[in-house]
Amino acid sequence: MVIRAGLRVSHSKFGKRFAPVSSAGRSELLLRLQLHSNPESLCLVRAALERATEVLHFSDPDSRAIVRSVDEALANVIRHAYKGRGGLPIEISCSRLWNTKDGGTPNGIEILLSDSGRAIDPKKLKGRPLDEVRPGGLGIHFMKQSMDVVEFHRKSGKNLLRMVKYLASQKPGAQGQGEE
Amino acid sequence: MQISARQSTVGTIFDVAGDIDLAHSPAMRKVLLGEIKEKKTPKVFLNLKNVRYIDSSGIASLVEGLKASRDIGSRLILFALNPAVREVMELSRLQKIFEIYENEEQALGA
Repeated sequence: MVIRAGLRVSHSKFGKRFAPVSSAGRSELLLRLQLHSNPESLCLVRAALERATEVLHFSDPDSRAIVRSVDEALANVIRHAYKGRGGLPIEISCSRLWNTKDGGTPNGIEILLSDSGRAIDPKKLKGRPLDEVRPGGLGIHFMKQSMDVVEFHRKSGKNLLRMVKYLASQKPGAQGQGEE
Repeated sequence: MQISARQSTVGTIFDVAGDIDLAHSPAMRKVLLGEIKEKKTPKVFLNLKNVRYIDSSGIASLVEGLKASRDIGSRLILFALNPAVREVMELSRLQKIFEIYENEEQALGA
């Protein structure tokens, strides 16, 4: 796994839907990870993200929610996009979001995942009804329950997933802070 | 993830430690289903006190174990869930489907 930290990220390669949260905000890259589609890599990503959320002062439950969402997204890439094949590329970038409306308050985290696996049918990203007690279908549900924004996009042969979690005090509607 | 087994007078207790994720849930599934379907142990207990993380594949393994135990009329009982595991059970709306106890004493007495 390759880790790069503290670099600026350009969102242009992710297309319009992966542009920064709003024109009023800006983002700062904290971490970029390049890993292979091996389940053994997931614990390393979780550890890195846990520290990143600590740096951003997320609460413990919100930190666990972010880590859980990224872990589930990566598991889906490995199981579905890459059909369980190991050694295939996945890229993750993790950025601090700033609200420039109030002079520059950090207001959340943005995580972008990219893989070159087979195209995923967006209709299958709904998860299953929770009143059915059966294995499987929970990962998407966890992500949507845990994050404020979950967007999937296919571009140039890549699956692109963008997830955002706002700090509790900065959520849209909380004292007029946040965006989207 | 580590799993170790203990025998009590009422059944088998598995002490699980570490992360139950995509890399490790198949091992837990194998142990659970082996105890329930092959050994047909009437009560199987899972001590989750030292589980730091569980993902949806881990939950799926637990659900498979639960279904297998119901199929043969045995019981799968969980105890000592930490906040991280409890959150995932609640997100899955499975906290009322499983038998869950605060600690080993309560679980063994159930």
